[in-house]
Amino acid sequence: MTENKKTDVIVVGAGPAGISCAITIARAGKKVVLIERGSFAGSKNVFGGAIYTQPTKEIFPDFETSAPLERRNVEHKFAILGEDDSTVVSYKNKTETAGSYTVIRAKFDRWMAEEAKKAGVYLVEKTVVKELLTENSKVTGVRTELEDYCADIVILADGVNSLLAKQIGLREDIQPKDVALSVKEVIKLDKNIINDRFNISDDEGCIYEIFGGPMLGMLGLGFMYTNRNSITIGLGITLSELVERGIRPYDMLEELKKHPTIAPLIKGGELEEYSAHLIPEGGYNKVPKLFADGVMIAGDAAMLVNNLHWEGTNLAMISGKLAAETALEALNKNDFSAKTLRLYEEKLKNSFVMKDLKTYKDLMDIAHKKSDAFLDYYLRTVNGFFKMFTSVDSVPKRQKYYNFVGTFFKERKFMNIISDIWHGIRLLWSILKWY
Amino acid sequence: MVLEDKLFTVKYTPDTVSHLTPDNEMCKICTNRICTKICPANVYEWDETHQKLIVNFENCLECGACRIACVKQSLKWEYPKGTKGVTFKLG
Ligand SMILES: Cc1cc2nc3c(=O)[nH]c(=O)nc-3n(C[C@H](O)[C@H](O)[C@H](O)COP(=O)(O)OP(=O)(O)OC[C@H]3O[C@@H](n4cnc5c(N)ncnc54)[C@H](O)[C@@H]3O)c2cc1C
Ligand code: SF4
Ligand code: SF4
Repeated sequence: MTENKKTDVIVVGAGPAGISCAITIARAGKKVVLIERGSFAGSKNVFGGAIYTQPTKEIFPDFETSAPLERRNVEHKFAILGEDDSTVVSYKNKTETAGSYTVIRAKFDRWMAEEAKKAGVYLVEKTVVKELLTENSKVTGVRTELEDYCADIVILADGVNSLLAKQIGLREDIQPKDVALSVKEVIKLDKNIINDRFNISDDEGCIYEIFGGPMLGMLGLGFMYTNRNSITIGLGITLSELVERGIRPYDMLEELKKHPTIAPLIKGGELEEYSAHLIPEGGYNKVPKLFADGVMIAGDAAMLVNNLHWEGTNLAMISGKLAAETALEALNKNDFSAKTLRLYEEKLKNSFVMKDLKTYKDLMDIAHKKSDAFLDYYLRTVNGFFKMFTSVDSVPKRQKYYNFVGTFFKERKFMNIISDIWHGIRLLWSILKWY
Repeated sequence: MVLEDKLFTVKYTPDTVSHLTPDNEMCKICTNRICTKICPANVYEWDETHQKLIVNFENCLECGACRIACVKQSLKWEYPKGTKGVTFKLG
Protein backbone atom coordinates (compact mmCIF):
# COMPACT_ATOMS: atom_id res chain seq x y z
CA MET A 1 0.00 0.00 0.00
CA THR A 2 1.38 3.39 -0.94
CA GLU A 3 1.86 6.06 1.68
CA ASN A 4 -1.16 8.12 0.56
CA LYS A 5 -3.41 5.02 0.86
CA LYS A 6 -2.29 4.63 4.45
CA THR A 7 -5.18 4.59 6.88
CA ASP A 8 -5.54 6.06 10.39
CA VAL A 9 -6.41 2.84 12.17
CA ILE A 10 -6.40 -0.87 11.31
CA VAL A 11 -8.56 -3.20 13.38
CA VAL A 12 -7.89 -6.94 13.11
CA GLY A 13 -10.91 -9.21 13.64
CA ALA A 14 -14.58 -8.47 13.03
CA GLY A 15 -16.11 -9.87 16.21
CA PRO A 16 -17.92 -7.72 18.78
CA ALA A 17 -14.65 -6.12 19.96
CA GLY A 18 -13.30 -5.25 16.51
CA ILE A 19 -16.59 -4.03 15.07
CA SER A 20 -17.38 -1.85 18.11
CA CYS A 21 -13.91 -0.41 17.91
CA ALA A 22 -13.99 0.28 14.17
CA ILE A 23 -17.47 1.82 14.17
CA THR A 24 -16.55 4.20 17.01
CA ILE A 25 -13.53 5.41 15.03
CA ALA A 26 -15.50 5.77 11.78
CA ARG A 27 -18.27 7.71 13.51
CA ALA A 28 -15.64 10.21 14.64
CA GLY A 29 -14.72 10.75 10.98
CA LYS A 30 -11.40 8.89 10.94
CA LYS A 31 -10.28 6.34 8.37
CA VAL A 32 -10.44 2.76 9.60
CA VAL A 33 -9.84 -0.60 7.92
CA LEU A 34 -11.35 -3.69 9.58
CA ILE A 35 -9.79 -6.99 8.48
CA GLU A 36 -11.57 -10.31 8.99
CA ARG A 37 -10.31 -13.76 8.04
CA GLY A 38 -13.75 -15.35 7.63
CA SER A 39 -15.75 -15.22 4.41
CA PHE A 40 -18.03 -12.82 6.29
CA ALA A 41 -18.03 -11.37 9.81
CA GLY A 42 -19.37 -14.06 12.13
CA SER A 43 -18.52 -17.01 9.91
CA LYS A 44 -15.74 -18.17 12.26
CA ASN A 45 -17.44 -17.19 15.49
CA VAL A 46 -19.21 -19.35 18.05
CA PHE A 47 -20.80 -18.52 21.37
CA GLY A 48 -23.57 -19.68 23.70
CA GLY A 49 -25.93 -17.45 23.59
CA ALA A 50 -26.85 -14.12 24.76
CA ILE A 51 -25.83 -10.56 24.02
CA TYR A 52 -26.58 -7.99 26.68
CA THR A 53 -28.93 -5.09 26.03
CA GLN A 54 -27.28 -2.21 27.88
CA PRO A 55 -23.70 -2.59 26.56
CA THR A 56 -24.94 -3.39 23.04
CA LYS A 57 -27.00 -0.17 23.09
CA GLU A 58 -23.85 1.78 23.89
CA ILE A 59 -22.57 0.85 20.44
CA PHE A 60 -25.82 0.26 18.54
CA PRO A 61 -28.52 2.41 20.19
CA ASP A 62 -31.33 1.03 17.95
CA PHE A 63 -30.29 -2.60 17.75
CA GLU A 64 -33.51 -3.84 19.36
CA THR A 65 -35.51 -2.77 16.34
CA SER A 66 -33.01 -3.51 13.57
CA ALA A 67 -30.67 -6.38 14.53
CA PRO A 68 -31.41 -10.06 13.83
CA LEU A 69 -32.40 -11.18 17.33
CA GLU A 70 -33.77 -14.58 18.31
CA ARG A 71 -35.57 -14.25 21.65
CA ARG A 72 -35.52 -11.86 24.61
CA ASN A 73 -34.54 -13.79 27.70
CA VAL A 74 -37.12 -13.75 30.47
CA GLU A 75 -35.92 -16.70 32.51
CA HIS A 76 -32.61 -17.92 33.92
CA LYS A 77 -32.45 -21.47 35.21
CA PHE A 78 -29.62 -22.87 37.26
CA ALA A 79 -29.62 -26.65 37.05
CA ILE A 80 -27.54 -28.84 39.35
CA LEU A 81 -27.39 -32.25 37.76
CA GLY A 82 -26.57 -35.42 39.64
CA GLU A 83 -26.01 -38.66 37.78
CA ASP A 84 -29.77 -39.10 37.30
CA ASP A 85 -31.46 -36.45 39.40
CA SER A 86 -31.36 -32.66 39.47
CA THR A 87 -32.25 -29.53 41.39
CA VAL A 88 -33.27 -26.53 39.30
CA VAL A 89 -33.55 -22.96 40.54
CA SER A 90 -35.27 -20.47 38.29
CA TYR A 91 -35.50 -16.70 38.15
CA LYS A 92 -38.21 -15.42 35.87
CA ASN A 93 -39.26 -11.88 35.05
CA LYS A 94 -41.59 -11.29 32.17
CA THR A 95 -42.43 -7.69 32.93
CA GLU A 96 -39.08 -5.95 32.86
CA THR A 97 -37.41 -4.93 29.62
CA ALA A 98 -35.08 -7.62 28.36
CA GLY A 99 -31.58 -7.67 29.83
CA SER A 100 -30.34 -9.96 27.09
CA TYR A 101 -31.28 -11.50 23.74
CA THR A 102 -30.22 -14.76 22.17
CA VAL A 103 -28.59 -14.28 18.77
CA ILE A 104 -27.01 -16.42 16.06
CA ARG A 105 -23.47 -15.12 15.64
CA ALA A 106 -23.26 -15.71 11.90
CA LYS A 107 -26.25 -13.41 11.51
CA PHE A 108 -25.61 -10.94 14.33
CA ASP A 109 -21.90 -10.30 13.70
CA ARG A 110 -22.68 -9.89 10.02
CA TRP A 111 -25.37 -7.33 10.85
CA MET A 112 -22.96 -5.43 13.13
CA ALA A 113 -20.39 -5.40 10.32
CA GLU A 114 -22.98 -4.02 7.87
CA GLU A 115 -23.76 -1.23 10.34
CA ALA A 116 -20.04 -0.52 10.58
CA LYS A 117 -19.79 -0.30 6.78
CA LYS A 118 -22.68 2.17 6.74
CA ALA A 119 -20.77 4.28 9.25
CA GLY A 120 -17.77 4.38 6.92
CA VAL A 121 -15.64 1.43 8.07
CA TYR A 122 -13.70 -0.16 5.23
CA LEU A 123 -14.30 -3.90 5.78
CA VAL A 124 -11.90 -6.40 4.22
CA GLU A 125 -13.14 -9.99 4.49
CA LYS A 126 -11.61 -13.37 3.58
CA THR A 127 -8.22 -12.01 4.60
CA VAL A 128 -5.90 -13.38 7.28
CA VAL A 129 -3.49 -10.97 8.94
CA LYS A 130 -0.29 -13.01 9.00
CA GLU A 131 1.92 -10.67 10.98
CA LEU A 132 2.31 -7.18 12.34
CA LEU A 133 4.72 -4.78 10.69
CA THR A 134 7.02 -2.88 13.00
CA GLU A 135 9.55 -0.10 12.69
CA ASN A 136 11.89 0.60 15.61
CA SER A 137 9.57 -1.63 17.69
CA LYS A 138 6.53 0.55 16.90
CA VAL A 139 3.71 -1.30 15.18
CA THR A 140 3.17 0.39 11.84
CA GLY A 141 0.77 -1.91 10.01
CA VAL A 142 -0.15 -5.45 9.12
CA ARG A 143 0.88 -8.00 6.52
CA THR A 144 -1.95 -10.04 5.04
CA GLU A 145 -1.72 -12.95 2.60
CA LEU A 146 -1.87 -10.51 -0.31
CA GLU A 147 -0.61 -7.10 0.72
CA ASP A 148 0.63 -4.80 3.45
CA TYR A 149 -1.54 -2.16 5.10
CA CYS A 150 -0.08 0.73 7.07
CA ALA A 151 -1.70 2.76 9.84
CA ASP A 152 -0.89 5.01 12.76
CA ILE A 153 -2.48 2.54 15.14
CA VAL A 154 -3.31 -1.17 14.92
CA ILE A 155 -5.92 -2.63 17.26
CA LEU A 156 -5.90 -6.37 17.80
CA ALA A 157 -9.38 -7.82 18.26
CA ASP A 158 -8.44 -11.20 16.82
CA GLY A 159 -10.06 -13.34 19.50
CA VAL A 160 -8.94 -15.89 22.04
CA ASN A 161 -6.08 -17.41 20.00
CA SER A 162 -4.57 -13.99 19.18
CA LEU A 163 -1.48 -15.20 17.42
CA LEU A 164 -0.64 -11.56 16.71
CA ALA A 165 -0.49 -10.45 20.35
CA LYS A 166 1.86 -13.35 20.89
CA GLN A 167 3.97 -12.40 17.88
CA ILE A 168 4.78 -8.97 19.27
CA GLY A 169 5.29 -10.24 22.80
CA LEU A 170 2.27 -8.59 24.40
CA ARG A 171 0.88 -11.94 25.37
CA GLU A 172 2.40 -15.18 26.58
CA ASP A 173 1.12 -18.41 25.18
CA ILE A 174 -2.11 -19.58 26.80
CA GLN A 175 -1.83 -22.45 29.25
CA PRO A 176 -4.35 -25.30 29.13
CA LYS A 177 -5.65 -24.32 32.55
CA ASP A 178 -6.48 -20.80 31.41
CA VAL A 179 -8.85 -21.69 28.63
CA ALA A 180 -12.00 -23.77 28.25
CA LEU A 181 -12.81 -25.84 25.20
CA SER A 182 -16.43 -25.61 24.29
CA VAL A 183 -18.50 -27.78 21.98
CA LYS A 184 -22.05 -26.99 21.10
CA GLU A 185 -24.98 -28.02 18.97
CA VAL A 186 -27.83 -26.05 17.53
CA ILE A 187 -30.84 -28.33 17.47
CA LYS A 188 -33.75 -27.48 15.24
CA LEU A 189 -37.18 -27.74 16.81
CA ASP A 190 -40.61 -26.40 16.04
CA LYS A 191 -41.25 -23.00 17.61
CA ASN A 192 -44.41 -24.18 19.35
CA ILE A 193 -42.66 -27.19 20.83
CA ILE A 194 -39.94 -24.91 22.22
CA ASN A 195 -42.58 -22.59 23.68
CA ASP A 196 -44.40 -25.50 25.33
CA ARG A 197 -41.33 -27.22 26.72
CA PHE A 198 -39.83 -24.06 28.16
CA ASN A 199 -43.15 -22.48 29.10
CA ILE A 200 -42.50 -19.30 27.13
CA SER A 201 -44.24 -17.45 24.32
CA ASP A 202 -43.02 -16.72 20.79
CA ASP A 203 -40.41 -14.06 21.44
CA GLU A 204 -39.47 -15.08 24.98
CA GLY A 205 -36.31 -16.98 25.81
CA CYS A 206 -35.03 -19.19 28.60
CA ILE A 207 -31.39 -19.74 29.61
CA TYR A 208 -30.06 -22.81 31.41
CA GLU A 209 -26.76 -22.76 33.27
CA ILE A 210 -25.84 -26.33 33.99
CA PHE A 211 -23.59 -27.63 36.75
CA GLY A 212 -22.55 -31.23 37.32
CA GLY A 213 -24.01 -34.10 35.33
CA PRO A 214 -21.23 -35.57 33.16
CA MET A 215 -19.01 -32.72 34.36
CA LEU A 216 -19.25 -33.63 38.06
CA GLY A 217 -15.88 -32.96 39.67
CA MET A 218 -14.60 -31.15 36.61
CA LEU A 219 -14.14 -27.48 35.89
CA GLY A 220 -16.91 -27.27 33.39
CA LEU A 221 -20.29 -25.70 32.81
CA GLY A 222 -23.10 -26.55 30.49
CA PHE A 223 -25.51 -24.16 28.83
CA MET A 224 -28.75 -24.14 26.93
CA TYR A 225 -30.37 -21.24 25.10
CA THR A 226 -33.60 -20.96 23.17
CA ASN A 227 -33.52 -19.48 19.68
CA ARG A 228 -36.60 -18.81 17.57
CA ASN A 229 -36.71 -22.24 15.94
CA SER A 230 -33.86 -24.05 17.63
CA ILE A 231 -32.22 -24.84 20.93
CA THR A 232 -28.54 -24.38 21.60
CA ILE A 233 -26.91 -26.85 23.95
CA GLY A 234 -23.26 -27.03 24.80
CA LEU A 235 -20.60 -27.18 27.43
CA GLY A 236 -17.23 -25.69 28.17
CA ILE A 237 -14.57 -27.62 30.04
CA THR A 238 -11.20 -26.29 31.12
CA LEU A 239 -8.69 -27.67 28.65
CA SER A 240 -6.33 -28.91 31.36
CA GLU A 241 -9.14 -31.12 32.71
CA LEU A 242 -9.67 -32.68 29.29
CA VAL A 243 -5.93 -33.17 28.90
CA GLU A 244 -5.49 -34.78 32.33
CA ARG A 245 -8.38 -37.13 31.81
CA GLY A 246 -7.89 -37.68 28.10
CA ILE A 247 -11.57 -37.27 27.39
CA ARG A 248 -13.33 -36.27 24.21
CA PRO A 249 -15.41 -33.14 24.58
CA TYR A 250 -18.19 -34.35 22.27
CA ASP A 251 -18.58 -37.52 24.35
CA MET A 252 -19.31 -35.28 27.34
CA LEU A 253 -21.88 -33.36 25.34
CA GLU A 254 -23.56 -36.61 24.30
CA GLU A 255 -23.75 -37.57 28.00
CA LEU A 256 -25.25 -34.22 28.88
CA LYS A 257 -27.86 -34.56 26.14
CA LYS A 258 -28.88 -37.93 27.58
CA HIS A 259 -29.39 -36.66 31.13
CA PRO A 260 -33.01 -37.28 32.21
CA THR A 261 -33.51 -33.58 33.00
CA ILE A 262 -32.17 -32.42 29.62
CA ALA A 263 -33.17 -35.15 27.16
CA PRO A 264 -36.93 -34.39 27.08
CA LEU A 265 -36.22 -30.73 26.29
CA ILE A 266 -34.35 -31.52 23.06
CA LYS A 267 -36.18 -34.72 22.14
CA GLY A 268 -37.13 -35.10 18.48
CA GLY A 269 -34.91 -32.20 17.44
CA GLU A 270 -32.64 -32.34 14.44
CA LEU A 271 -29.00 -31.24 14.59
CA GLU A 272 -28.57 -28.10 12.53
CA GLU A 273 -24.93 -27.34 13.25
CA TYR A 274 -22.12 -28.59 15.44
CA SER A 275 -19.31 -26.23 16.44
CA ALA A 276 -16.41 -25.68 18.82
CA HIS A 277 -14.56 -22.69 20.22
CA LEU A 278 -12.24 -21.73 23.05
CA ILE A 279 -13.20 -19.44 25.95
CA PRO A 280 -10.52 -17.47 27.84
CA GLU A 281 -10.65 -18.37 31.53
CA GLY A 282 -7.49 -16.96 32.99
CA GLY A 283 -9.25 -13.83 34.24
CA TYR A 284 -7.58 -10.81 35.80
CA ASN A 285 -4.24 -12.49 36.47
CA LYS A 286 -3.86 -13.47 32.82
CA VAL A 287 -4.77 -10.17 31.19
CA PRO A 288 -1.79 -9.42 28.93
CA LYS A 289 -0.05 -6.13 28.42
CA LEU A 290 -2.81 -4.14 26.75
CA PHE A 291 -0.80 -1.68 24.68
CA ALA A 292 2.60 -0.88 23.22
CA ASP A 293 3.88 1.65 20.70
CA GLY A 294 1.23 1.83 17.97
CA VAL A 295 -0.90 -1.08 19.18
CA MET A 296 -3.72 -2.02 21.62
CA ILE A 297 -5.55 -5.30 22.33
CA ALA A 298 -9.29 -5.70 22.98
CA GLY A 299 -11.85 -8.42 23.71
CA ASP A 300 -10.97 -12.11 23.93
CA ALA A 301 -7.51 -11.37 22.57
CA ALA A 302 -6.92 -9.54 25.86
CA MET A 303 -8.61 -12.41 27.78
CA LEU A 304 -11.45 -10.11 28.83
CA VAL A 305 -14.09 -12.68 29.78
CA ASN A 306 -16.15 -13.04 32.94
CA ASN A 307 -16.74 -16.76 32.71
CA LEU A 308 -18.86 -17.19 35.83
CA HIS A 309 -21.52 -14.93 34.31
CA TRP A 310 -21.06 -16.06 30.68
CA GLU A 311 -20.12 -12.50 29.81
CA GLY A 312 -17.73 -11.94 26.94
CA THR A 313 -19.44 -10.01 24.15
CA ASN A 314 -20.13 -7.08 26.46
CA LEU A 315 -16.54 -6.89 27.68
CA ALA A 316 -15.45 -7.19 24.05
CA MET A 317 -17.73 -4.37 22.88
CA ILE A 318 -16.82 -1.99 25.67
CA SER A 319 -13.08 -2.68 25.50
CA GLY A 320 -13.27 -2.14 21.72
CA LYS A 321 -15.01 1.16 22.27
CA LEU A 322 -12.47 2.29 24.89
CA ALA A 323 -9.58 1.34 22.61
CA ALA A 324 -11.26 3.41 19.86
CA GLU A 325 -11.64 6.43 22.14
CA THR A 326 -7.97 6.15 23.04
CA ALA A 327 -7.03 5.89 19.37
CA LEU A 328 -9.03 9.03 18.62
CA GLU A 329 -7.19 10.96 21.32
CA ALA A 330 -3.88 9.69 20.00
CA LEU A 331 -4.84 10.78 16.46
CA ASN A 332 -5.73 14.24 17.75
CA LYS A 333 -2.41 14.51 19.51
CA ASN A 334 -0.60 12.83 16.63
CA ASP A 335 1.23 10.71 19.23
CA PHE A 336 0.92 6.94 18.97
CA SER A 337 3.47 5.97 21.55
CA ALA A 338 2.79 3.66 24.47
CA LYS A 339 2.75 6.76 26.67
CA THR A 340 -0.46 7.98 25.04
CA LEU A 341 -2.00 4.55 24.53
CA ARG A 342 -1.63 3.86 28.25
CA LEU A 343 -4.85 5.81 28.54
CA TYR A 344 -6.64 2.69 27.25
CA GLU A 345 -5.53 0.71 30.28
CA GLU A 346 -6.73 3.48 32.58
CA LYS A 347 -10.10 3.62 30.86
CA LEU A 348 -10.47 -0.15 31.20
CA LYS A 349 -9.50 -0.03 34.85
CA ASN A 350 -12.13 2.60 35.54
CA SER A 351 -14.82 0.61 33.75
CA PHE A 352 -16.76 -2.46 34.86
CA VAL A 353 -14.51 -4.57 32.62
CA MET A 354 -11.42 -4.60 34.80
CA LYS A 355 -13.40 -4.09 37.99
CA ASP A 356 -15.36 -7.29 37.37
CA LEU A 357 -12.29 -9.28 36.38
CA LYS A 358 -10.61 -8.07 39.56
CA THR A 359 -13.62 -9.04 41.65
CA TYR A 360 -13.25 -12.64 40.44
CA LYS A 361 -9.48 -12.72 40.30
CA ASP A 362 -9.20 -15.61 42.79
CA LEU A 363 -12.20 -17.54 41.52
CA MET A 364 -10.46 -19.83 39.04
CA ASP A 365 -7.52 -20.58 41.35
CA ILE A 366 -9.89 -21.67 44.09
CA ALA A 367 -12.10 -23.52 41.61
CA HIS A 368 -9.05 -25.44 40.36
CA LYS A 369 -8.02 -26.34 43.89
CA LYS A 370 -11.50 -27.21 45.09
CA SER A 371 -13.27 -28.71 42.09
CA ASP A 372 -13.76 -31.98 44.01
CA ALA A 373 -15.69 -30.01 46.62
CA PHE A 374 -17.65 -27.26 44.91
CA LEU A 375 -18.17 -29.00 41.58
CA ASP A 376 -18.77 -32.47 42.90
CA TYR A 377 -19.40 -33.18 46.57
CA TYR A 378 -21.56 -30.15 47.37
CA LEU A 379 -23.50 -30.42 44.12
CA ARG A 380 -24.32 -34.02 45.04
CA THR A 381 -25.19 -32.83 48.54
CA VAL A 382 -27.76 -30.35 47.22
CA ASN A 383 -29.47 -33.08 45.23
CA GLY A 384 -29.10 -35.44 48.21
CA PHE A 385 -30.81 -32.94 50.47
CA PHE A 386 -33.82 -32.53 48.21
CA LYS A 387 -34.05 -36.26 47.68
CA MET A 388 -34.21 -36.70 51.45
CA PHE A 389 -36.58 -33.77 51.94
CA THR A 390 -39.08 -34.91 49.34
CA SER A 391 -39.08 -38.62 50.11
CA VAL A 392 -42.10 -40.06 51.91
CA ASP A 393 -41.32 -43.50 53.26
CA SER A 394 -42.58 -43.67 56.84
CA VAL A 395 -39.10 -42.93 58.22
CA PRO A 396 -39.45 -40.18 60.87
CA LYS A 397 -38.23 -36.82 59.61
CA ARG A 398 -35.81 -36.21 62.48
CA GLN A 399 -34.21 -39.56 61.75
CA LYS A 400 -33.78 -38.47 58.14
CA TYR A 401 -32.08 -35.22 59.11
CA TYR A 402 -29.70 -37.09 61.40
CA ASN A 403 -28.92 -39.58 58.64
CA PHE A 404 -28.33 -36.77 56.18
CA VAL A 405 -25.93 -34.92 58.47
CA GLY A 406 -24.26 -38.23 59.35
CA THR A 407 -23.61 -39.10 55.72
CA PHE A 408 -22.44 -35.57 55.04
CA PHE A 409 -19.63 -35.94 57.57
CA LYS A 410 -18.93 -39.57 56.79
CA GLU A 411 -18.37 -39.03 53.09
CA ARG A 412 -16.05 -36.07 53.37
CA LYS A 413 -13.21 -35.85 55.83
CA PHE A 414 -13.65 -33.26 58.55
CA MET A 415 -10.35 -31.62 57.61
CA ASN A 416 -11.54 -31.33 54.02
CA ILE A 417 -14.76 -29.69 55.12
CA ILE A 418 -12.79 -27.17 57.18
CA SER A 419 -10.58 -26.49 54.19
CA ASP A 420 -13.66 -26.11 51.95
CA ILE A 421 -15.18 -23.58 54.36
CA TRP A 422 -11.88 -21.72 54.52
CA HIS A 423 -11.66 -21.54 50.73
CA GLY A 424 -15.32 -20.55 50.54
CA ILE A 425 -14.72 -17.66 52.92
CA ARG A 426 -11.56 -16.68 51.04
CA LEU A 427 -13.48 -16.61 47.81
CA LEU A 428 -16.31 -14.58 49.28
CA TRP A 429 -13.85 -12.15 50.80
CA SER A 430 -11.97 -11.75 47.53
CA ILE A 431 -15.28 -10.97 45.81
CA LEU A 432 -16.65 -8.54 48.38
CA LYS A 433 -13.46 -6.81 49.51
CA TRP A 434 -13.53 -3.11 48.63
CA TYR A 435 -10.42 -1.91 46.82
CA MET B 1 -24.93 -39.37 17.71
CA VAL B 2 -21.49 -40.13 16.33
CA LEU B 3 -19.00 -37.41 15.48
CA GLU B 4 -19.15 -38.04 11.71
CA ASP B 5 -22.84 -37.10 11.75
CA LYS B 6 -22.09 -33.96 13.72
CA LEU B 7 -19.34 -32.88 11.33
CA PHE B 8 -21.69 -33.53 8.44
CA THR B 9 -23.63 -30.43 9.52
CA VAL B 10 -20.57 -28.17 9.21
CA LYS B 11 -19.79 -26.26 6.04
CA TYR B 12 -16.17 -26.57 4.93
CA THR B 13 -14.16 -25.17 2.04
CA PRO B 14 -11.03 -27.29 2.39
CA ASP B 15 -7.65 -26.20 1.16
CA THR B 16 -5.33 -28.62 -0.60
CA VAL B 17 -2.55 -28.12 1.94
CA SER B 18 -2.81 -28.51 5.70
CA HIS B 19 -2.78 -25.49 8.02
CA LEU B 20 -1.82 -27.88 10.84
CA THR B 21 1.75 -29.16 10.80
CA PRO B 22 2.85 -31.38 13.66
CA ASP B 23 6.51 -32.18 14.07
CA ASN B 24 6.33 -35.93 13.53
CA GLU B 25 9.66 -36.58 15.27
CA MET B 26 8.11 -35.08 18.41
CA CYS B 27 4.90 -37.04 17.88
CA LYS B 28 6.91 -40.28 17.81
CA ILE B 29 8.21 -39.65 21.31
CA CYS B 30 5.08 -37.90 22.58
CA THR B 31 3.89 -39.40 25.85
CA ASN B 32 0.14 -38.87 25.61
CA ARG B 33 -0.69 -37.86 22.00
CA ILE B 34 -3.35 -35.74 23.58
CA CYS B 35 -4.31 -34.13 20.28
CA THR B 36 -5.88 -37.45 19.27
CA LYS B 37 -8.27 -37.16 22.23
CA ILE B 38 -9.23 -33.58 22.94
CA CYS B 39 -9.82 -32.38 19.38
CA PRO B 40 -13.54 -31.69 18.96
CA ALA B 41 -13.36 -32.79 15.32
CA ASN B 42 -11.09 -35.82 15.83
CA VAL B 43 -8.65 -34.41 13.31
CA TYR B 44 -5.65 -36.39 14.58
CA GLU B 45 -5.10 -40.14 14.46
CA TRP B 46 -1.96 -42.03 15.37
CA ASP B 47 -0.88 -44.54 12.77
CA GLU B 48 1.04 -47.11 14.81
CA THR B 49 2.43 -49.09 11.85
CA HIS B 50 3.85 -46.08 10.06
CA GLN B 51 4.63 -44.21 13.29
CA LYS B 52 2.95 -41.16 11.90
CA LEU B 53 0.36 -38.66 13.03
CA ILE B 54 -2.46 -38.51 10.49
CA VAL B 55 -4.00 -35.04 10.18
CA ASN B 56 -7.52 -34.84 8.76
CA PHE B 57 -7.18 -31.08 8.55
CA GLU B 58 -10.30 -30.79 6.33
CA ASN B 59 -12.42 -31.40 9.44
CA CYS B 60 -10.77 -28.76 11.60
CA LEU B 61 -13.14 -26.38 13.40
CA GLU B 62 -10.26 -23.92 13.97
CA CYS B 63 -10.73 -23.78 17.74
CA GLY B 64 -7.01 -23.78 18.60
CA ALA B 65 -7.17 -26.34 21.40
CA CYS B 66 -4.60 -28.73 19.91
CA ARG B 67 -1.95 -26.05 19.68
CA ILE B 68 -2.33 -25.19 23.36
CA ALA B 69 -2.66 -28.79 24.54
CA CYS B 70 0.30 -30.23 22.59
CA VAL B 71 2.65 -31.40 25.32
CA LYS B 72 5.67 -30.98 23.11
CA GLN B 73 4.60 -27.48 22.07
CA SER B 74 5.55 -28.61 18.61
CA LEU B 75 2.39 -28.25 16.59
CA LYS B 76 2.70 -25.54 13.99
CA TRP B 77 -0.78 -24.07 13.80
CA GLU B 78 -1.94 -21.44 11.36
CA TYR B 79 -5.29 -20.14 10.26
CA PRO B 80 -6.39 -21.53 6.92
CA LYS B 81 -6.28 -19.05 4.04
CA GLY B 82 -8.98 -16.39 4.07
CA THR B 83 -11.16 -18.22 1.58
CA LYS B 84 -10.73 -21.65 3.16
CA GLY B 85 -11.66 -23.65 6.20
CA VAL B 86 -14.85 -23.71 8.22
CA THR B 87 -17.82 -21.40 7.67
CA PHE B 88 -20.32 -21.47 10.49
CA LYS B 89 -23.82 -20.81 9.23
CA LEU B 90 -25.05 -20.29 12.79
CA GLY B 91 -22.08 -20.34 15.19
C1 LIG C 1 -19.28 -21.57 23.85
C2 LIG C 1 -19.21 -20.12 24.19
C3 LIG C 1 -20.29 -19.52 24.81
C4 LIG C 1 -20.26 -18.16 25.08
N1 LIG C 1 -21.39 -17.58 25.58
C5 LIG C 1 -21.43 -16.24 25.70
C6 LIG C 1 -22.65 -15.59 26.04
O1 LIG C 1 -23.70 -16.21 26.17
N2 LIG C 1 -22.64 -14.23 26.17
C7 LIG C 1 -21.50 -13.52 25.98
O2 LIG C 1 -21.56 -12.28 26.12
N3 LIG C 1 -20.34 -14.10 25.67
C8 LIG C 1 -20.29 -15.45 25.50
N4 LIG C 1 -19.11 -16.04 25.11
C9 LIG C 1 -17.90 -15.24 24.95
C10 LIG C 1 -17.94 -14.39 23.67
O3 LIG C 1 -18.29 -15.18 22.58
C11 LIG C 1 -16.58 -13.76 23.41
O4 LIG C 1 -16.09 -13.16 24.58
C12 LIG C 1 -16.66 -12.70 22.32
O5 LIG C 1 -17.06 -13.25 21.10
C13 LIG C 1 -15.33 -12.01 22.14
O6 LIG C 1 -15.40 -11.10 21.08
P1 LIG C 1 -14.09 -10.69 20.29
O7 LIG C 1 -14.54 -9.74 19.26
O8 LIG C 1 -13.03 -10.30 21.24
O9 LIG C 1 -13.56 -12.04 19.63
P2 LIG C 1 -14.24 -12.96 18.53
O10 LIG C 1 -15.71 -12.89 18.61
O11 LIG C 1 -13.60 -14.29 18.67
O12 LIG C 1 -13.78 -12.31 17.16
C14 LIG C 1 -12.47 -12.36 16.70
C15 LIG C 1 -12.48 -12.20 15.20
O13 LIG C 1 -11.17 -12.07 14.70
C16 LIG C 1 -11.02 -12.82 13.53
N5 LIG C 1 -9.59 -13.11 13.40
C17 LIG C 1 -8.80 -13.81 14.25
N6 LIG C 1 -7.52 -13.81 13.84
C18 LIG C 1 -7.49 -13.08 12.69
C19 LIG C 1 -6.44 -12.74 11.79
N7 LIG C 1 -5.17 -13.10 12.02
N8 LIG C 1 -6.75 -11.99 10.70
C20 LIG C 1 -8.03 -11.61 10.46
N9 LIG C 1 -9.06 -11.92 11.30
C21 LIG C 1 -8.79 -12.64 12.40
C22 LIG C 1 -11.90 -14.02 13.76
O14 LIG C 1 -12.27 -14.66 12.55
C23 LIG C 1 -13.09 -13.39 14.48
O15 LIG C 1 -14.07 -12.94 13.60
C24 LIG C 1 -19.10 -17.41 24.82
C25 LIG C 1 -18.01 -18.01 24.21
C26 LIG C 1 -18.06 -19.35 23.86
C27 LIG C 1 -16.90 -19.97 23.16
S1 SF4 D 1 0.30 -33.76 21.28
FE1 SF4 D 1 1.77 -32.67 19.95
S2 SF4 D 1 3.62 -33.94 19.96
FE2 SF4 D 1 1.96 -35.18 20.79
S3 SF4 D 1 1.18 -36.32 19.02
FE3 SF4 D 1 -0.06 -34.46 19.18
S4 SF4 D 1 0.96 -32.96 17.88
FE4 SF4 D 1 2.41 -34.62 18.21
S1 SF4 E 1 -7.91 -26.38 15.96
FE1 SF4 E 1 -9.46 -27.49 17.17
S2 SF4 E 1 -10.67 -28.57 15.64
FE2 SF4 E 1 -8.78 -27.95 14.61
S3 SF4 E 1 -7.42 -29.68 14.86
FE3 SF4 E 1 -7.00 -28.33 16.57
S4 SF4 E 1 -8.29 -29.08 18.23
FE4 SF4 E 1 -9.06 -29.98 16.33
